[in-house]
Amino acid sequence: MTPAVPITCTKADLTPEFRDQYLATYRQMQSSRVLEEKLGSLYRAGGRIVGGVYLGRGQEAFSAAVAMQLRRGQDVYAPLIRDQAGRMAFGEPITDALRTYLGAATGPMRGRDGNIHRGRPQEGELAMISHLGAMVSVVAGALFAKRLRGTMADAVGATSIGDGATSTGSFHEAINMAAVERLPLIISVANNQFAYSTSNDRQFACQDLMDRARGYGVAGWKVDATDLAACLKVARSAVAAARAGGGPQLIVGTLLRLGGHGEHDDASYIPDEVKFSKVGQDCLLVAEKLMIAEGWSTQEEINGWLKEARATVDQAVSLVSKEPIPDPYRESWQALSSSELVESWQL
Amino acid sequence: MSVTYLEAIREAQFEALRSDPNVFVYGQDIGQFGGAFKATKGLAREFPGRVLDAPISEDAMVGMAVGAAIEGARPIVEMQFADFSSVGFNQIVNQAATLYWRTNTPCPITIRLPSGGTAGSGPFHSQSMESIYAHYPGLVILTPATVEDAYWMLLDSVKLDDPVIFCEHKFLYYHLKAESFGERSLPIGKARIARPGRHATIVAYSAMVHEALRAADELQMEGYQIEVVDLRSVKPMDTDTILGSVARTGRLLVVGESFPWGGVTAEVIARVSTEAFHMLDAPPMRLNSKDTPIPYHPNLWKAHRPTVGSICDALRRLLRF
Repeated sequence: MTPAVPITCTKADLTPEFRDQYLATYRQMQSSRVLEEKLGSLYRAGGRIVGGVYLGRGQEAFSAAVAMQLRRGQDVYAPLIRDQAGRMAFGEPITDALRTYLGAATGPMRGRDGNIHRGRPQEGELAMISHLGAMVSVVAGALFAKRLRGTMADAVGATSIGDGATSTGSFHEAINMAAVERLPLIISVANNQFAYSTSNDRQFACQDLMDRARGYGVAGWKVDATDLAACLKVARSAVAAARAGGGPQLIVGTLLRLGGHGEHDDASYIPDEVKFSKVGQDCLLVAEKLMIAEGWSTQEEINGWLKEARATVDQAVSLVSKEPIPDPYRESWQALSSSELVESWQL
Repeated sequence: MSVTYLEAIREAQFEALRSDPNVFVYGQDIGQFGGAFKATKGLAREFPGRVLDAPISEDAMVGMAVGAAIEGARPIVEMQFADFSSVGFNQIVNQAATLYWRTNTPCPITIRLPSGGTAGSGPFHSQSMESIYAHYPGLVILTPATVEDAYWMLLDSVKLDDPVIFCEHKFLYYHLKAESFGERSLPIGKARIARPGRHATIVAYSAMVHEALRAADELQMEGYQIEVVDLRSVKPMDTDTILGSVARTGRLLVVGESFPWGGVTAEVIARVSTEAFHMLDAPPMRLNSKDTPIPYHPNLWKAHRPTVGSICDALRRLLRF
């Protein structure tokens, strides 16, 4: 089988409407990078963040490009570890991230879970569990229920995984089930070359993760995920195909995780020849190059947005830092929503 | 006119589907075929698009149910055999059981587990999983022993806003009959005094309730009145009813069909020993299956699980102390 060729943009794709979405997406990527730099420095400073920090550096274009196609309130989104940019593009407030990382009682997770394990399921943003591949079937189920209850219209569901998660049974079961049910599910696979420290050659033996789309009977898309324009083109096409009844869409993006699995990991196992190859280029810089070349913005403008993003993040950090942390004496300590079933002997 | 335990399961699902359009049933071979045990016989025809065959993917089946519940549906998942729920274990204990606690989003799903042994079924079609699931916070574990409870507790499960592991016993499917489904009696979480007595208490659940009742009949001929408590729901566990019974009898035997290490029987004894040690006139006893996988041949299978014979032996030792 010949390897799939990545889809790229041509001049004809760069319409004014495309430009507007490109710039809006870039700003989400930039804000995400700024927030994550802050999270990294808070982690290194110590004392504020409880637990680890898991960043999406280098994956912003791929993540945000898909989420930009979604409509909060109608579509379903299950982001994964490296989707800060996608979360922002889906409308997650910066405070949700900070409150979860800092363990504030005010956040959606109320100190019960931390860092990237956050969401608002009732608003269509699912909260991931740590078991990789496990969210794929949950998104499929939400779509199934929309169809059952007559609330589907042209809704879609999107979820992200990495190269490592494609090895899980959960992923296999869920994509196969979604294909059987022909659900409008978009699965973005960020092939960032390493699952924690394990490289692609120890993760799968097929020539290309794109081969899997054919195996499951779903549409497949391949993209250079360091190239925002190409990511947007593919995301728009795949989401439109799903909305139009084309069934599940598997998007495989090729990129490199520009850092460790978490901030505790120096990623010394990533060889220099990978770091300094095309796959290792920074999607933010690639995006800026095109913006400037096309005359869509100037370096001064980009610097201005950066300043704005830093001010917004600093304000949010100072707000959340003053907020209350969870109080074990006020915690309900109940895992059931049916309070009449909570056993009195253990209270 | 009589109804079986299996018919109760089918009729409860019929009623749940009829009364709430958000209910659907998902499982292997449950559509046109009506399920491996025929627990969904005819339902796919009655409710088109709402009783669906699933691929052999227990993990995805449960994940799908959780997603559907988030979106307002009330799924019933049929595991073909309780044993196979181990493949969906992660989604049950980490996804479904934690959803409300993590995100304040209720997770109204019912997972039906055809449980327990029948002769000739062997190690992978005979398991009782209630103790495994009861260990995890965020799940309700039901173990109906009667036709009435099979019907009403399944209907209650579907209405509950929390994930329910509904352990229906395969041995009772065809053997157990009643005149009718009766009236809704006790709520979920309450145990039932299946037989009053004063010399000793047997706490049992699911098919073991019937073995316990037969043992109580046998001991009556020896002059003992044995009280039998049917837990109905192993989680939450009705500690008050158990303690009340032990207060009357002073002697306790707990019987369960699952493996002996830890589990429901150990939990009952732990609660009674810590809360009511002073009420015990004899050391509490427990009977479980043997600590091996479940054997295939009827001769071995009958000796592997507690039966009326082994329960009577245990009772006599308990009463002699």
